[in-house]
This record gives sequence, C-alpha cells and structure tokens, in this order.
Amino acid sequence: MNIFYPIQLFSNWFTSTILEIAPEEHLAEVINFFIFDTIKIFLLLIVIIFTVSIIRSFLPPEKIRTILSHDKKYVGNILASLLGIITPFCSCSAVPLFLGFVQAGVPLGTTFSFLVASPMINEVALVLLFGLFGWKIALLYIISGLIIAIFSGIVIGHLKVENLVEEFAYKNKFNGQLQLPKMTWKERRKYAKNYTWDIIKKVWPYIIIGVGIGAWIHGYVPTDFLAQYAGADKWYAVPLAVLIGIPLYSNAAGIIPLVSALTEKGVALGTTLAFMMAVTALSLPEFMILKKVMKIKLILIFASVVGVGIIFTGYLFNWILN
Amino acid sequence: MNIKLLDTGCPNCQKLEENVKKAIAELKMEASVEKITDIEEIVSYGAMSMPTLVIGEKIMTSGRIPDVEELKAIFSK
Repeated sequence: MNIFYPIQLFSNWFTSTILEIAPEEHLAEVINFFIFDTIKIFLLLIVIIFTVSIIRSFLPPEKIRTILSHDKKYVGNILASLLGIITPFCSCSAVPLFLGFVQAGVPLGTTFSFLVASPMINEVALVLLFGLFGWKIALLYIISGLIIAIFSGIVIGHLKVENLVEEFAYKNKFNGQLQLPKMTWKERRKYAKNYTWDIIKKVWPYIIIGVGIGAWIHGYVPTDFLAQYAGADKWYAVPLAVLIGIPLYSNAAGIIPLVSALTEKGVALGTTLAFMMAVTALSLPEFMILKKVMKIKLILIFASVVGVGIIFTGYLFNWILN
Repeated sequence: MNIKLLDTGCPNCQKLEENVKKAIAELKMEASVEKITDIEEIVSYGAMSMPTLVIGEKIMTSGRIPDVEELKAIFSK
C-alpha cells in the first residue's frame, strides 16, 4: 500500500469536485499532478529535514574533523563522504570548514571527499529525488554520489597538490582544545525546527515553480518528445547537461521537479542524474569563495576531477539502463 | 561584556547580529559587539560553522541562530 495514497485521493477530489474539471481533460491531469507532488514533497521535506537536523546536532563539523584527522587514507575518504551526507553545506561556512580540516591535519584528499559529498548528497535533493523518481533512483544517486566523492578525494590526494593551498592555511593553528557548548534536547529540537523552517522558506517558491512547470510538461508535452534531442544514443547530452548544471546551484530545488518531467519525455536517465549532480556538486559561487584559500589551479583540478566523475556516471547509467 | 560574532558575511550571520542587538537592547545591558570578519582570526577560534557567537573567548553557539530569548538567557548568565 502506497503511503501517499491519501494525498492522491485528496488531489483527485480537489480537482474533480472543487475545481470541477473532468478527469479526461489534460488540465485535470496537470492540476492533479501538481497538487499531489507539491503536498507529497513538502511533507517529505518537513519529516526528513527535521530528522537529519536532529542527527546533525550530535555531529557538528568540529566533531567530524576530529574523527577524520585520525583516519587512514582510504577509510578517511569513505568516512568523509558518508559524513558529508548529513552535513549541510552553506557556502558561507565553506572557507572556515576547509581551513579547520586542513589545520587539524585532515589530509587534503579526505577534505575534498567531504567537500564533494556534502553539497551533492543533501536532504533537499534526496527528498525531491525520492518523491519524484522513487527510492531506486534516489538510492542510485546516493551511491554514485558517494563513489564520485570517494574517488575524487583519492585522486586529488594522490596528485600532491598541498602547495596549491594558500600558505596561511597551514599556519595559524588554533590554540588548544575546542570546547563546544553542549546542547540540551530542547535546544536540539528547536534547532531542527528552525532549520527545517528556514530551508522550507528558502526553497518553496522554487519547488512550486519547478513542480508547476513539470506538471505542465507532464500534461502537454508528448511522451518521448525529447528523446530525439537528449536520448541515450546522443553522446553529447551528458557533457552538455553537466556544463549547463554548473551555474544553476541556487535553484537545485526547482530544477529536480523540472528534470523529472523531462526524463518522462525522453531525456535519458543517466543524463538527468549527471545534470543533477552537476547542479549540486559543481557550484560557481562556491568556487569563487574557495579562491580565498586555494589557488585557481586547484579549483580547476577539483572541478575537472568531479566533472569527469559525473560525466562518466552519466554515460554508465545511460548504458546500463538502456 | 565583550561579545564577538564570527562573521563570514552570510545572511545567517546578519540575522544573528540583529538578534544579539535586540537581546542587548531588551536587557538594557552594557555590552560591546565586535564582528570578526578576518578569516584567519575566525579560524583561530576553532569554529567551523557560521555564524558563531563568542563571549570572553568562549564559543557559546556555533552553526545556528539562537533567537532573542535564548540570547537573553546566555547573556544573563
């Protein structure tokens, strides 16, 4: 039994009884789709973000840094990528986070694994993927995202690029042990509630617009219409999707509903996944901010390694799923 | 009281600053608010998530925005 069934009943009832649109009409399908998806996504967002925030309140980055500074090479990359999932990535914390890791002796490769996983595998993207594509695709996204993060970190670690990090990152060690304030359960709940609310406030217009356009495409664009331009047999679709994804970071919440509709109309799934990964993992504003602590050459290496990983994943899924 | 805000210039940092100023005004207390924006100095406190509130070199909150009521409680301690 589908747990979203009651929502489907509600949107059926709303479309046919309140709006009085006959179920055979295209418009009925569009509105039904829109109401169902919007309610489902917002419910999922509230539940998932709240849960992740509670977990996160036990694992602040300062604690993660301590965990990662002990670990051996490959274990470190894996752990860093996993921990990156639950950590939110606000570009305003990118620089202190990077410096904090490097100064605590976390290897550069491990730090990069974290920098890749943290924005790419985030709860908003996962909720949207789960809600619109189903759990299989969401899981596929998590696993391939983890693998890209782990491998990118290992590759960057092997390139010995420590000299491309600004020198001051290695000096200026903070003094002594850090005493983080203890949080009570009440504070954790409040933190989680505020965080959830903040995120919803930030993403709701994008989701409404994204789902709205998605619903329209769902109802009016012929199935497989896009296959002739972006089907699995079009070699250029994946790299093109990645390039388009780079400047779109802030709108990730609106883009996923949109691409879910495009997939339905014939864009190959590997291409879609690559596009979403590029949107979340490669962000132009983040690169600009990271320029404060690393040379442009390192940012380019970082972007290329991750970009190649994403393109490879895209081709791989287009090939497997076809 | 000497209050320091570690601030990378993000929207959340501004919101914390507003809340801190409100809390100070409501308590009618004497306090100086200093914004630390130099990245090397921010990192020297060991904090990694923004915004961070520091009183007397001690981190009080980090990576979240305490509301005015919570700040008042922190300041009155």
